[in-house]
Amino acid sequence: MTDRSAIFDSVATQIEPFNKKGVDLTEATTFAGDLEWDSLTVMDFVAAIEDEFDIIITMNMQAEIETVGHLVDAVAKLKG
Amino acid sequence: MTDATATETRDLFSKFDPLINEREALLATGVRDPYAIVMDQVLSPTRAIIKGKETILLGTYNYMGMTFDPEVVEAGKKALDEFGAGTTGSRVLNGTYQGHKEVEDALKEFYGTSGAMVFSTGYQANLGIISTLAGKGDYVVLDADSHASIYDGCGLGNAEIVRFRHNSVEDLDKRLGRLPADALKLVVLEGVYSMLGDVAPLPEMVAAIRKHPNCMILCDEAHGMGFFGPNGRGAYEEQGVEGEIDFVVGTFSKSVGTVGGFCVSNHPKFEILRLVCRPYVFTASLPPSVVATAATSIRKLMHAGEKRAHLWKNSQRLHKGLSDLGFKLGSATPQSAIIAVILTDQMQAVAMWQTLLELGLYVNMARPPATPAGTFLLRCSLCAEHSDDQVTQIIGMFEAAGKATGAIT
Repeated sequence: MTDRSAIFDSVATQIEPFNKKGVDLTEATTFAGDLEWDSLTVMDFVAAIEDEFDIIITMNMQAEIETVGHLVDAVAKLKG
Repeated sequence: MTDATATETRDLFSKFDPLINEREALLATGVRDPYAIVMDQVLSPTRAIIKGKETILLGTYNYMGMTFDPEVVEAGKKALDEFGAGTTGSRVLNGTYQGHKEVEDALKEFYGTSGAMVFSTGYQANLGIISTLAGKGDYVVLDADSHASIYDGCGLGNAEIVRFRHNSVEDLDKRLGRLPADALKLVVLEGVYSMLGDVAPLPEMVAAIRKHPNCMILCDEAHGMGFFGPNGRGAYEEQGVEGEIDFVVGTFSKSVGTVGGFCVSNHPKFEILRLVCRPYVFTASLPPSVVATAATSIRKLMHAGEKRAHLWKNSQRLHKGLSDLGFKLGSATPQSAIIAVILTDQMQAVAMWQTLLELGLYVNMARPPATPAGTFLLRCSLCAEHSDDQVTQIIGMFEAAGKATGAIT
């Protein structure tokens, strides 16, 4: 398993409790459009991801992250 | 003019359609608009006439009841006569009058600081101080439930923005630990959070922050000034961390009873902010009457121990009264002059709000995104001028409205 797919799997696990609609997750899944998360859900989710990977995703970076793939890339870079 | 009624045409307003539709659906049920109340007459800090009905005000930020204080009003009238209606200019050009210096002197005395800077609103104080202090490459670390003015201050500046879970010392500590040690950080806290009326655990937070290098602390005391601490400076004074707070931001629009904002600090270079802080420079200064009322009010608030005691009693009585009736409140114990009643949804919140208004009680209705965790609140804020009898009446009206709307049994 590559690092990237391991990160994808961890991210997917973190999304699960917030995935109220049971949306199938791919790299292209969007947080606002597909998962329909509001700003409060995003905040809780970001905090969970930060704690899982022991990183900080600043609000400035969050503005650029629209899809699950973007998030996986960002986590990989921050852990790098 | 183009045809504004053609709603199917996509334009810059289209993004507001969901909100427009939600409001129209709500108002179509026959309820009054909670965001369109007009006070036809204001009789005192605690009473107004709304649509011909005398109404007890329980949704103002007039915590210390200073708006009608005779000395405060007289100071404003005198300044209006002597200095005119407005300054028509920036603080750094023609907009600093004797009164602006006097209110800054009053703040320095009130807070025991060497520096004080007065802004035209509290919103602009946060906007200006946060965006100016934290520059590119610096970090602002803020509580997730921070006021919009703090978020907007982050948005205006160029710093990296990091949030921690509301009032969580552990979460704050962890996040600071993940930031580069040599980066400069501004940690923004609020003494009292305005939506639920809960107070920050400041000594624990300060201790966590001081474990990490290069941190300065800003504490917003908008809802703490006047009420908390032996000198009324705010929750940070009451909790004994005065020596640890680098900047206090506050407002004249709550306990002080007028409008305006400020920042006080002991930093030796504080004065330079007057030249580099855009929301301070590029706006007109407060009118002379406003700074005169603020200075008079601030000096009176230094000696308002009895008012503070009565406000505290009011808060405790209302919290107990509403708890006993079975309402769910924003904090388990009375922590401030704000008591938030948590309701299940928008319909119940509006129904309660309207029933209370018809009974003669005005409270604030608050909804997402202003509220934490998507809650619908009726936010009650008490005043030192609410009499014991008024608090009894308020509890009675909540009982009647709660039973009429099914919010309590």
